[in-house]
Amino acid sequence: MHMTHDVAMGINLLHANEAGAAHNRAHFDQWGITCLNLMSSPGAGKTAVLEKTLAALSNSLHIAVIEGDMTTELDADRLRQYGVPVIAINTGRSCHLDSRMVSGGIHRLQAEYDPSQFDLVLVENVGNLVCPAEFEVGEHYKVALLSLTEGEDKPLKYPIMFREADCLLLTKTDLAPYLDVDLAQIEANVRQINPTVTIIAVSAKTGEGLDAWFDWVRSTVQSDRRAPEKILANEK
Amino acid sequence: MHETDMTKALLMTLQDWWDAQPDRPTVAKVHLIVGQFTCVEPVSLQFAFEAQTRNTFLAGARLEIQETPLIAFCHPCQQEYRPEIGIQYACPTCRSPMEEIRSGRELKIDRIECEESSVCT
Repeated sequence: MHMTHDVAMGINLLHANEAGAAHNRAHFDQWGITCLNLMSSPGAGKTAVLEKTLAALSNSLHIAVIEGDMTTELDADRLRQYGVPVIAINTGRSCHLDSRMVSGGIHRLQAEYDPSQFDLVLVENVGNLVCPAEFEVGEHYKVALLSLTEGEDKPLKYPIMFREADCLLLTKTDLAPYLDVDLAQIEANVRQINPTVTIIAVSAKTGEGLDAWFDWVRSTVQSDRRAPEKILANEK
Repeated sequence: MHETDMTKALLMTLQDWWDAQPDRPTVAKVHLIVGQFTCVEPVSLQFAFEAQTRNTFLAGARLEIQETPLIAFCHPCQQEYRPEIGIQYACPTCRSPMEEIRSGRELKIDRIECEESSVCT
């Protein structure tokens, strides 16, 4: 039997990822950028909501998108049509974005643009309700999406995502008449886990609820970042 | 199988620590504290750890995982309770939402056991 000695650690298992996230956030802060991390299961409508968001807000805010997908640039190409920089990150077999991947995206953005011109970076995470919740990428706020077709029980089954979210979009509300889904029950299930989350029901198809979402996005940009001169410039 | 990525993240954290050690010790055991209210499944983590540490400085090192239960604190009732993960998170007495979590979110490297001999070499 070998003798051993203990080294006390007391650090987070994901310390390396969190250090990278803090580094990314410091960059965003320095440039006066708000970063939102959008997460959901595949097909909940992240890209559709982003399309509407870019269409509505890219005149008044300077936006860039960091787009995570396991393979292909299909989503990135959809978003490029809105005339904003879209940095595509293929995660390969990895089922979430981590802070190192996003750091690579930030450096690509920095190589092509003056980053301080941006107000808002929208990160579209890989479709997955589990691990993106544990891997910070440097965002200021986490936005979770849950489509009505996924059912009322998902917040109970995937609680970490809904616990961590600052804003929850209940998407595809236009489908409500065709589904036996109870919107109030979804909200009640979410509230059990996260009493302070902002919940907004939206339909990217009909536009229902999107104004409330746009207002929320604007409020994060204007309340959070330390670049008042930039906010004034945008309002003129 | 996101434990593969979780393990990768753990190995990066351990690598950073190890690189900063002047004596580059031989690691015998890594002790983790993993809460039940996290996205980590200990059995899968064990499996991924064994697979991914082959031919690294952690080859042969063992992973010891201590799980901690989900414990919430209800402010209206002024008492702790154990939410039933997947079923009920609100306070069983007064139905207040789960606000304060006192245990269960841990994802911690608690301590590392190093071979004594490695210090002398």
